Amino acid sequence: MSYVTKSPWIIHYDGSSCNGCDIEVLACLTPMYDVERFGVINTGNPKHADIFLVTGSVNAQNISVVKQIYEQMPRPKVVVAVGICAASAGIFKECYNIIGGVDKAIPVDVYVPGCAARPEAIIDGVVKGLSVLEEKRKSLKEELAAETVKAGMDFKAEGEEREGA
Amino acid sequence: MAVIFFLILFPLAAALILLAVKNDTARGVVVIAASVVIGAASVLLAVQHYFSGDALYHIADEFINEIVEYAMTAIEVCLAVIVFALGIKHKKYLASALAAVQTPLMLWFERSTGRLIEVKNPLVVDNLTVIMTLIVGIVGTLICVYALGYMKDFQRHNHGAPDRRPWFFFLLFLFLAAMFGLVTSNNLVWMYFFWEITTLCSFFLIGFTKTPEAVNNSFRALIMNLLGGLGFALAIMVAGNWYQTLEISQLLAMAQQGIDMTVPVVLLSFAGIAKAAQMPFNSWLLGAMVAPTPTSALLHSSTMVKAGVFLIVKLSPLMGWNLGGFMVMMVGGITFLMASFAAVSQSNAKRVLAYSTVANLGLIVACAGVGTPAAAWAAVMLIIFHAVTKSLLFLCVGTAEHNIGSRDIEDMDGLFDRMPRLAALMTAGISAMFLAPFGMLVSKWAALQAVVVSGNLPLVLFVVFGSSVTLFYWGKWLGKMTAVMAGRENIQRQVHAEEWTALCALTALVVIACLTFPIYSDKIVVPYLMTAFPNAREGVALAVSSDNMWILVVMIALIILLPLMFFGKTKKKIVPIYMAGAGLGDDLSFTGAMQEKKEVSLRNWYMEGYFGEKKMNRIGVTAACVVLAITFSMLLGGML
Amino acid sequence: MNTTAIISVIAYVALAPAAGGLLAGFDRKISARMQGRVGPPLLQPFYDLFKLLEKEPVTVNRVQDFYVLCCLIFMIITGGFFFAGGSLLLVIFTLTTASVFMVVAAYSSNSPYAQIGASRELLQIMAYEPMVLITAIGFFIVYRSFNVADIIAHPAPAVHYLAGIFLGFVFILTIKFRKSPFDLSMSHHAHQELVKGLTTEFSGKTLAMIELSHWYENIFLLGFVFLFFANGTTQWTVIAVLACLLAYFLEIFIDNSYARMKWQIAVNSSWIVALTAGGVNLLVLYFAIFGFGLGV
Repeated sequence: MSYVTKSPWIIHYDGSSCNGCDIEVLACLTPMYDVERFGVINTGNPKHADIFLVTGSVNAQNISVVKQIYEQMPRPKVVVAVGICAASAGIFKECYNIIGGVDKAIPVDVYVPGCAARPEAIIDGVVKGLSVLEEKRKSLKEELAAETVKAGMDFKAEGEEREGA
Repeated sequence: MAVIFFLILFPLAAALILLAVKNDTARGVVVIAASVVIGAASVLLAVQHYFSGDALYHIADEFINEIVEYAMTAIEVCLAVIVFALGIKHKKYLASALAAVQTPLMLWFERSTGRLIEVKNPLVVDNLTVIMTLIVGIVGTLICVYALGYMKDFQRHNHGAPDRRPWFFFLLFLFLAAMFGLVTSNNLVWMYFFWEITTLCSFFLIGFTKTPEAVNNSFRALIMNLLGGLGFALAIMVAGNWYQTLEISQLLAMAQQGIDMTVPVVLLSFAGIAKAAQMPFNSWLLGAMVAPTPTSALLHSSTMVKAGVFLIVKLSPLMGWNLGGFMVMMVGGITFLMASFAAVSQSNAKRVLAYSTVANLGLIVACAGVGTPAAAWAAVMLIIFHAVTKSLLFLCVGTAEHNIGSRDIEDMDGLFDRMPRLAALMTAGISAMFLAPFGMLVSKWAALQAVVVSGNLPLVLFVVFGSSVTLFYWGKWLGKMTAVMAGRENIQRQVHAEEWTALCALTALVVIACLTFPIYSDKIVVPYLMTAFPNAREGVALAVSSDNMWILVVMIALIILLPLMFFGKTKKKIVPIYMAGAGLGDDLSFTGAMQEKKEVSLRNWYMEGYFGEKKMNRIGVTAACVVLAITFSMLLGGML
Repeated sequence: MNTTAIISVIAYVALAPAAGGLLAGFDRKISARMQGRVGPPLLQPFYDLFKLLEKEPVTVNRVQDFYVLCCLIFMIITGGFFFAGGSLLLVIFTLTTASVFMVVAAYSSNSPYAQIGASRELLQIMAYEPMVLITAIGFFIVYRSFNVADIIAHPAPAVHYLAGIFLGFVFILTIKFRKSPFDLSMSHHAHQELVKGLTTEFSGKTLAMIELSHWYENIFLLGFVFLFFANGTTQWTVIAVLACLLAYFLEIFIDNSYARMKWQIAVNSSWIVALTAGGVNLLVLYFAIFGFGLGV
């Protein structure tokens, strides 16, 4: 277990949800469900967040926003699509402005079903997301290590070149 | 003594040459050469004095004495006539009236009582004089060098206007001569003479552009300073008639023997208060900001206004819990508080600097009024640090103004990208004004402690609240400037070489002044206090212990080293800022609600409702007037 | 500098993060209980900190990290001076420098949220600074010294003379601990108009540094509270520690029972408290000393 799984900070974005799922997301923070038990904090800031919780579907106007928030989260990061609209656009699928589920914009790691998704299901989804987070952390670590080694090699090579010259 | 005469006469000669020189290159050569010579001479004076010790100078030759006296009288009369005529011409009758009262009064005194009093030692050099001489000789000449570059741009921006630069440089160097005379005078009449010359230099320099606003402001400065000069003239008469002396050293010595000196102290302090732009006279210094920036830096922050506090600091041993001390402490305290408040509401950089200058002079004045050696230490240190730091800041703003076309702080955002070197120098200046290990804060620390010891609770609260607000207005300026903005063009190359020279030299001076202050505190300031204060002969209990001083020096070294090691070095990936997911990726714009491109525009906080300039001035001027009224009515009551 | 001073500085530098983190853990636990929740584990702040160290290193410009590093360094120096028994004024001024570094770090991002947070932080500094200075002045008038070592060595605990100033200091601690109703510039609570205010643009290790400097700062601030009670004896040391804990509990309680207020109220109330509680206390001290010749 690494620390990232013990301290998952969340950013919650409401796509074109009917607000049903949003109320359930907030319900998770109430004394009844108290997700802070797992170290979860609702940060509201992608730069601090580890888990991107999206409710509702992606539409023509918000697709760029969803993409940008996702891009602004530092890795490792996980996307949890909450509710049926976030998974496949649900009953709004045929609307003129709807593009589809969240996966039309960004890669989704966990889908939480329900209309609206129950708090238990949302918590379960986040906890499922933690194992994905852990894996992503490991691959990030390897990647960063490789980069450092590469930078070191470049540096060395440069030095040798200079010496050669 | 030869050096003193050289310091007064050489700048005068340079001034006359500059009045005749019309060519840019020739002027550059003269100014730079004269600056080097003056700077060297002031250092020579300091070195000589360091080895020979304090000295009063006596002019043995009666003939020279006579000539000097007559020359001074003649010049005084000429100046009075000029002021009188200008006052009539511009319908500023108050100025004419003041000139018409003051000069005849002085003439009558000099002809009647004055000639009977023998002035043994008209000149004096002590450590305080040396400090002022070094400030005038080094900071002052650097500003003159800067003015070379600045005035080229000034002329270009005001094309079509007649080239009056010879007149400008004439005034600058004339002013330097007068300042040297002022700080080395022991004879009150001589000091008064130089005092009035600086007033007139200031008057002509403020009115330099001849716009209606400039003329108006120049007369305001003139009238207020003439009012102070009237106080000075009265003080001379009182000293001559009551105490039979015209020498400051004599007055100080008499006071130590227990002779009551309240009246001349109050009158001289009143003159100092007007000169140092304390409330209720602060408006002239604010108005003086219409002058070209070198003027503001030289006259209205680092030297001329320091003449006012110089006189008050000289009289500091006679203050404390007496009428003079009360007036000076309260006026200084009120000015420090209200001017700091007013600075918050300003976005014009020069006005922020002006208010900050008024505030800091207020603190110096208040410290001098406390009348203890520890407080005087704070006052002297503030004079030194303020002179170097504030002139640097003024000149930075001047350069910024000519290159970005505005002196508004709001237009300085992203200065680090547009003019990196200038921004770095400005940052150094601003930090040195209010951050921990730097000199200004050290002096503030000493000032706070001295004021607390004095037991003057209102003054304690003035200083406490004033310093807190100081932090706010410098902090927001610093923040505005350090903001890193993408896509800004570097426009730094257009700055003149003379400006860079002066700016870099001044920054170096700030750093040196901060790093070496324990040394000159120990070698120059403390010895001065030990001779000036009768109760400090054995030593001065300084507010800032020498351990703490060295801790501060180490911290300064740290704060200089840290940027060298880490500044701007990062291996991290640089990503755009957060704009609620709607940023357009350039950090400068976002998609608005109607899908259109919107520029981000960030503005600072001016808290007009709290610290509105007009309101602060009204309160401050009223309070200061009340203090002055109380003082003078008590003075009159005591005399009757 | 004597051995005790060296030991306390080393202890501060080494242990303050642990103590500060634990304090934050208790804070979150107690807050949760006050809201009828279970709350996170006690060590949660440490998990958060280490998590931040694991994140991908990104920044918004080349200079921000430098400012934050300086903020941390000067915060440690501040506490170091304090626990070495140095001058209170030096401590306060160094603290200000540290805070200004953080403000400049936020300004440098040129982000709307961070900049508004930064200017509010400056406002908060302006609001609490008079009271902090008055506190130091109060100590000086009573003990004739700004040095923490002299104050603590004196047999008479300061709170006897500085009751008003103590109350005023506890009042502005709400701002310093970034507690509601005065958490204007950044809040630990989610969902606010400023996103995360001052810290919006910090992420990963940079945010961890900010968190760490807060912990250092909190312990140092409690040291200030300690100073009001300590006189070197065991009995008063116990009382002082209890007072620190009580003060911190009080702040948590206030945090949980107030919504955020407008900045005007923050400035007005802090200054009024400084003038009344602080100013009156100073007046009484001056009277006692100059009027009646009393003194410690």
